Amino acid sequence: MAERDPKPVRYRARRTPVTWVRGGGLAALIFLLPMLFVFGAFSWYPIVRTAIMALQHTNLVQPATWVGLDNFRTVLHDPLLPTAVKNTAVFAGLALVFGYPIPLVAAVLMSEVRRLRGVFSALAYLPVVIPPVVAVLLWKTFYNGDATGVFNTILGWIHLGPYPWLQSQGTALPSLVLESTWANAGGTVIIYLAALTGVNSELYEAASVDGASIWRKVWHITLPQLRGVLLLTMILQIIGTAQVFLEPYLFTSGGPANATVTVLLMIYNYAFGNSLGGDYGSATALSLMLAAFLAIFSLAYLRATRSWSTR
Amino acid sequence: MIRRSRRSVSTGHALISPADWRRPGVRWGLGGAQVLLLVGLVVIGLGPLLWLAKSAITPTLDTLSHPMALFPHGAAWNNLREAWTNVHVGRYFWNTVALAIGSWLSQIVIATTAGFALSVLRPKYAAVINALLLTTLFVPAVVLLVPLYIEIVHPPFIHHSFIDSYWAIWLPAGASAFNVVVVKRFFDNLPREIFEAARIDGAGPFRLFVAVVLPMSRPILGVVSVFAVLASWKDFLWPLLVLTNPDRQPLSVRLPNIQSQTELGVFLAALLIASLVPIIGFLVFQRSFLRGTGLGGALKG
Repeated sequence: MAERDPKPVRYRARRTPVTWVRGGGLAALIFLLPMLFVFGAFSWYPIVRTAIMALQHTNLVQPATWVGLDNFRTVLHDPLLPTAVKNTAVFAGLALVFGYPIPLVAAVLMSEVRRLRGVFSALAYLPVVIPPVVAVLLWKTFYNGDATGVFNTILGWIHLGPYPWLQSQGTALPSLVLESTWANAGGTVIIYLAALTGVNSELYEAASVDGASIWRKVWHITLPQLRGVLLLTMILQIIGTAQVFLEPYLFTSGGPANATVTVLLMIYNYAFGNSLGGDYGSATALSLMLAAFLAIFSLAYLRATRSWSTR
Repeated sequence: MIRRSRRSVSTGHALISPADWRRPGVRWGLGGAQVLLLVGLVVIGLGPLLWLAKSAITPTLDTLSHPMALFPHGAAWNNLREAWTNVHVGRYFWNTVALAIGSWLSQIVIATTAGFALSVLRPKYAAVINALLLTTLFVPAVVLLVPLYIEIVHPPFIHHSFIDSYWAIWLPAGASAFNVVVVKRFFDNLPREIFEAARIDGAGPFRLFVAVVLPMSRPILGVVSVFAVLASWKDFLWPLLVLTNPDRQPLSVRLPNIQSQTELGVFLAALLIASLVPIIGFLVFQRSFLRGTGLGGALKG
């Protein structure tokens, strides 16, 4: 049996089922079976199925019919699409403005802390472990637009407000971004901290010997050494925020007056928002278009930044 | 990842040298900035949770009229009991636990067996499977949502819907390419000589897996475990779609409904109960959490 075989290396000579078993081929297959089943059923098959469903009309009641590119046409002619794309882009852009520079500054400062470094990183990461639903519902309480809402009370101390937060078209989307940044920035801080420990200290020492100031060391050593990670977290954050769903769904359901409808909320509403039966074709068409856009965007981004991301 | 030891690199005080620290401008400026950062982190990171903890045991009327006051009319411990029993948060809590344990088990089994096969046994077709795995890493989750849902409602070959079955959560949770890749990379860095020695001593693949590889992988299994449980505890959209019976739903799906049906104090108590397990888990397994997050950045890079 395979267990007794002292050297289960691959046999180059005649391959028969027996040599395959003795060579460990059967054992490898047995170990791979759970993974092949689960990935096949719940990852690879649905990916292929998406491409098929985008070309079909199906609502689970009647049998599916082929409709060519009709679903894509429906989506592209949906008057809500430009609004959703604009809101998603604004969300992603604002999330970069709020959530990109602050974690970097925080991480550089934290990496030079001499005591309590664990306390710093634990505090920064704490919001990340709060379940997102809890975070959103809690912040919904904070955003109460009355003068006795939590944020309005605090701002009232310095005679500001009260602000409508989620109830106004102008402030609803930034309010969502603010909560999302609070919930996610800690993860970015930890990634930067890990990258900062990888910066070669000899570079710093050499610069110190040459009499470089702290600012010059940050500018000429720290930032260039973090280049790769900085570029990566940016594209990952864009890919993540382009798929924002929870905040608009739970905070505002897309309102007021569609001010917070995002692409993912549209996909959800196509498929599951209508109690009479979902328009699964349009939902998959839109999700494919989003995935294709993200893929092209990432490739273009990697190409554009390749020249200065390599170390 | 593992081999690039940090010991040889930085000892902590790298950017700012001891000589820099001796300059008063640096010490005061930077020290001040760090104290400010700590205060900011306490207010921003901890503040909302402290407020939640306070308001969960404050009478609703007090929270509504004076949200920032500290117990103007005493505490209302009753909020917690009412949430747990009358609002059935207790039941939803145990549903969440059951979903988390099953998802954890499925992720651990898949990630370790697949990682072992792809890293140690390495059959000839391993390269193909690796490529397929890496492809799925690049497919955004939204692409899977609708077809996966339809597959659960109308599974191929089986004429039985899996709506309201926990298997509809547990099994898809196992299909995490990230886990497999991380575990495989960890196995790749284990010393091959030990495997050879075990083989010469007569250990077959199964003994090798259970008696040699798994015991050596505790750090990575810890990382995968905490993230598996946390991800399951956080998950909202997928359980919302496939679990339609309120008695079977986890906390994350129930909380938005609870909000519209209960008074604020009891609802905030429910929110507090829902976040206790992740917070305590994080404080206990902090090292695994922070290591795994750094790992995520390193892997994707």
